[in-house]
Amino acid sequence: MDKKLKTEINDVEIMIGKVMQIGVILAALVIVFGLILLIATGSTGYPAGVHPTRVGAILSGTFALKPYAVLMTGIFLLILTPVLRVVVSIYAFAVEHDHLYVWITTAVLIILIGAMTIGYLGNR
Amino acid sequence: MLMGTGLFGGILGAVLGVGGGMIITPILTMLMGLPIQYAIGASIVSVIATSSGATIAYLKDEMLNLRVAMFLEIATTVGAVLGAIVTGLVNSKVLYILFGALLIFSAFNMIRKMRMKEDQLRQTTPDKIAEKLRLNGTFFDKATGKEVSYTVTNVPGGFAMMFGAGIASGLLGIGSGAFKVIAMDTIMHMPLKPSSATSNLMMGVTAAASATVYYFGGQLQPQIAAPLAIGILIGATVGSRVMQILPTKVLRMIFIPVIGYMGIQMALKGFGVSI
Repeated sequence: MDKKLKTEINDVEIMIGKVMQIGVILAALVIVFGLILLIATGSTGYPAGVHPTRVGAILSGTFALKPYAVLMTGIFLLILTPVLRVVVSIYAFAVEHDHLYVWITTAVLIILIGAMTIGYLGNR
Repeated sequence: MLMGTGLFGGILGAVLGVGGGMIITPILTMLMGLPIQYAIGASIVSVIATSSGATIAYLKDEMLNLRVAMFLEIATTVGAVLGAIVTGLVNSKVLYILFGALLIFSAFNMIRKMRMKEDQLRQTTPDKIAEKLRLNGTFFDKATGKEVSYTVTNVPGGFAMMFGAGIASGLLGIGSGAFKVIAMDTIMHMPLKPSSATSNLMMGVTAAASATVYYFGGQLQPQIAAPLAIGILIGATVGSRVMQILPTKVLRMIFIPVIGYMGIQMALKGFGVSI
């Protein structure tokens, strides 16, 4: 392996780490914000025992600053962090010109997207 | 309260080397009386928090074998989705029994780990699939200060075990790190250190697959999962720091019987017996 490619791979790995950090911190901040809202307003923004599970309801609730909706957004961001990891890994393998693993990692991403679709459609 | 549980679970998980889910689900169900389905939903979020939180601590993990992780991830994610679908359909009694059995197994596994000696490099027979998939790797061993090359073997066996680990993860809301390490370390003969590092990354991705199924299915309660996740994030970070100063071995000795006892309790609850 030539030296240039090696430093490039090293840079990519550090970039992956940074992207992951930003993702996790962002998710944590949104969750903490939702918890503060929940405590400050003393209301969940929804009737007892109900929380939003549809994308539209979560988004509109988040913009309306309904505590449960903000929490659901934060949790979703947290769930997305490993997905983000898979996405940036595809990029890392592409930089290495490792075509086989670009495909394998893409397959994992497709399964993850499929899981979301199943979860979403299966509970309408 | 829940944040405290998360904090406790996160620290303990990091120190004992078990996923947070193993500790959180028994506390939520047995001590707080939550329905097990909700506990599982909250627990899977803590697994993601544990796995992603570790990446904050280490910007770059030299031990990690990304190829092994991604290849085996195909098996774990498919298993996890199946498990997550099934868990919404089965009787909660079955879940209690399975979880109880899992805890008892983990207690034994921890005893086995305590007795195990340090990593020895095993001679493996060259494996055609491993070569084709370029799964063999190297890692830098801090203890000896040497670069260690290793080869992996029995890829189909490891792949099958990972599928099972995925099902367990989706079904019970655990990271099933123990099963993953067994697949890589015991079946594929990968050294323990890269096995653990790779397993930690895989846990998050596997958990993400089942978490979305729970998330959109309403099994994920924000008021339970959110404080837990924050607690875990803090706890895991603190845990990995204090790990060096805490008497891990003593903690293990205290905790193994507790896990075993919880396991028996949960299994009994599943069978409808209460003490």
